[in-house]
Amino acid sequence: MKHHLILRVIAKLTIPGILLFGLYVQFHGDYGPGGGFQAGVIFGAGFILYGLVFGLQNLRRVAPASVTTTFIALGVLIFAGVGIASQLLGGNYLDYDVLAADPHAGQHLGILVVELGVGITVAAVMITIFMTFAGRER
Amino acid sequence: MILAIDIALLVMLAVVGIAIIRLRNLFAVVMLSGIYSLLMASTFVLLDAVDVAFTEAAVGAGISTVLLLGVLTLTKSREKIPVTTPLLPLVTVVVTGALLIYGTWDLPAFGDPNAPAHRHVAPEYLAEATHETGAPNVVTAVLASYRGYDTLGEVTVIFTAGIGVLLLLSGSGVLRRREPEENDDKPGGAA
Repeated sequence: MKHHLILRVIAKLTIPGILLFGLYVQFHGDYGPGGGFQAGVIFGAGFILYGLVFGLQNLRRVAPASVTTTFIALGVLIFAGVGIASQLLGGNYLDYDVLAADPHAGQHLGILVVELGVGITVAAVMITIFMTFAGRER
Repeated sequence: MILAIDIALLVMLAVVGIAIIRLRNLFAVVMLSGIYSLLMASTFVLLDAVDVAFTEAAVGAGISTVLLLGVLTLTKSREKIPVTTPLLPLVTVVVTGALLIYGTWDLPAFGDPNAPAHRHVAPEYLAEATHETGAPNVVTAVLASYRGYDTLGEVTVIFTAGIGVLLLLSGSGVLRRREPEENDDKPGGAA
């Protein structure tokens, strides 16, 4: 896609917006529609658009395979880790009430961190699946 | 007004669905399936399921279309005309569809406040979610807090899907590197 000037300019203009919107959906999930799943997909879509327009080599430089593969596991570990943390603090597994002094703050923190884990895994899986499919030769 | 939009959306869904079946140009089919997902997302918005609509638009219309386009680069862009008449698939689809429609007769009416789904835990969630979790979006409260186990399971499913794709398709796997060695060993073993 080296010669598609319009595509490249439009992609450069829209990718930051897409990534920012992904972060908004991620951290605004308590208040509006959205959450980790949607945010992860939108964030991943920003990277995939970059890979489509600027080539897989450039995408590999931005998101190396080692990083995306690690992040696939990291998200699940964050989610499960919140459960362990709430157990260590004396509550049930994934009971966020005990995470902070006040149950409301605990719930807020727990939901935020758990959704972050979801978002990280989903985004990393989306980018990985795209890269493995698109990187295959005929 | 909403009824008119409903009917328009459903008619467009049917038209796109029939077009997907009739067309042989796979590029057009991929584009139409993206449009189908977008129409579904609009339908979900009309049903007040904004979170589901969001996911459908992002996954169905966005990522799936890109992945299918990626597959198109690996295969031909026109579907082969089948040699045999697809009678058995037709019968299977008609019977399955008829069974599903038969199943809907027992479902409660749309929006029925006495439906089992609205009487079990949903009223408690709706009444207590904001008070108990402090999250104004009840969907997020249910998803991340009340049903945290389910969501952990869902993330694990996505994790497994990603790892599975990596293992099967990334060319540098251990399996692929071993293959030539085994082929080399065979003649040696026979000799």
